[in-house]
Amino acid sequence: MKPIDNRAWLLVLPVLVLVAFSAVVPLMTVVNYSVQDSFGSNEFFWNGIGWFDDLLHSERMWDALGRQILFSAIVLLIEVPLGILIALHMPRKGFWSSLCLVLMALPLLIPFNVVGTIWQIFGRVDIGLLGRAVAALGIDYNYTRDAIDAWVTIVVMDVWHWTSLIALLAYAGLRSIPQAYYQAAEIDQASRWAVFRFIELPKMRGVLVIAILLRFMDSFMIYTEPFVVTGGGPGNATTFLSIDLVKMALGQFDLGPAAAFSIMYFLVILLVSWAFYTVMTNLDREEGPR
Amino acid sequence: MTDILASSAATAVPARAARARSERSWGSAVVMTLYLLFLLLPIYWLVNMSLKTNNEILGGFSLWPVDPTLANYATILTDPSWYMGYVNSLIYVVLNTVISVAVALPAAYAFSRYSFLGDKHLFFWLLTNRMAPPAVFALPFFQLYSAVGLFDTHIAVALAHCLFNVPLAVWILEGFMRGVPREIDETAWIDGYSFPRFFLRIFLPLIASGVGVAAFFCFMFSWVELLLSRTLTSVNAKPIASTMTRTVSASGLDWGVLAAAGVLTIIPGALVIWFVRNYIAKGFALGRV
Repeated sequence: MKPIDNRAWLLVLPVLVLVAFSAVVPLMTVVNYSVQDSFGSNEFFWNGIGWFDDLLHSERMWDALGRQILFSAIVLLIEVPLGILIALHMPRKGFWSSLCLVLMALPLLIPFNVVGTIWQIFGRVDIGLLGRAVAALGIDYNYTRDAIDAWVTIVVMDVWHWTSLIALLAYAGLRSIPQAYYQAAEIDQASRWAVFRFIELPKMRGVLVIAILLRFMDSFMIYTEPFVVTGGGPGNATTFLSIDLVKMALGQFDLGPAAAFSIMYFLVILLVSWAFYTVMTNLDREEGPR
Repeated sequence: MTDILASSAATAVPARAARARSERSWGSAVVMTLYLLFLLLPIYWLVNMSLKTNNEILGGFSLWPVDPTLANYATILTDPSWYMGYVNSLIYVVLNTVISVAVALPAAYAFSRYSFLGDKHLFFWLLTNRMAPPAVFALPFFQLYSAVGLFDTHIAVALAHCLFNVPLAVWILEGFMRGVPREIDETAWIDGYSFPRFFLRIFLPLIASGVGVAAFFCFMFSWVELLLSRTLTSVNAKPIASTMTRTVSASGLDWGVLAAAGVLTIIPGALVIWFVRNYIAKGFALGRV
């Protein structure tokens, strides 16, 4: 057990002040706007829950939310199994292992807007390798005009960008399994599937929870990559929550609705984070201190 | 015990299992090759584009630059409106990294060593800031930093990025500090070290790799972020990311220069990645692996 000492607050204080300045103050501004209306020229009056009421009945918000959930679901369903598969096939030691690690980490370190640029160029029918190749197969592909094509492009881009994250985490989990487990399985003549199901998967559980949490959160607040590739179009086909919110807040300067939107958005994220955090701390307790 | 298991397993393994294993390693090689190809092809294409002139890009289609040129890179490195983007980005990213790691070190120590009133809630609250969508904060940040006169300065962006980087640094450092046995602290107390001296002389060297990893990830996450840095700057502190998106929205799409700018943003990450390769997973997982 850790000793109890409330003087530890002094050590936490700088972080508290800094994060309060950059998180609490702005959030309070948002709360403030969300319950007020304005005729412009900085005159505000009380509007109660009016904006929230509007928001719950706004088709635009529900559509964006629907697209967002669909996107996160698709991306997780592809990336998690693929990431685990890749992790199982990664070389375990030596130079090749290091090389794979480095090459796989590369997409993770590319600025989000450059990821967008890469796929914007890669997918174009006139100058992109992917666009050319798909067109050569006789498929009419154009991500700026066709909604389905835009979706496919963005999902493939996200898989390209983030599958490595899940693979790297799963790989770290796999490496922590003692060799004796595998030897025992070999003596028992366990099948490959049984080894995966009863040794590897349970041992990876803690890591996978974190990986899924991170991927869910980051895909749920994705902004830059689709913004660069499609700009939310064609039409509103790829307008996810963040893109819609930025349009509302910084494009149209609709302070009230944007603020109400922000609060709902943040509450959803808070709820999910909390659920994951609870699972995570429970896992920590089960496995004991590492 | 392990040795006995290993030797008995070695004798018990029939040739069939050995063959299955070699087939499996071939399968692994194929899977990995395909995956790495998928990862590297788009990057190769960007590099390919950056070495072509705009005429060659639009005029014909070739898998490699027929007439390689560095003209696009020369454009970027000689035009202040381009290269100042990199300078601005570097300034706020470094500022942010220094601030984040400096304030996170004592806090992470407190979380890893003591129980105190509200510690679990505080730790969770930090996590929620890492998970906060930047889109929610864009407008309030814009107003906040305009109100205090910091709009379009490097420090504004650096402070704004603390929103997610400070929690990240605290979590990563806490993960590393957990691995250092508490006995070391106690021995130092008995030897009469004061806290600052103990922390700087004894503790910090022990978690040096953790500090490096935390700094690397703060650097990275600040470097890749676009929305906040674009919202908080206009001219003087304009980052390279927003220079690039503005070129895209302008009418004249100079694909070659855009690709070259993209390649240059990948380089900082690519340069240091080899040194942190064994900690990538730990860093991305907020120190929890």
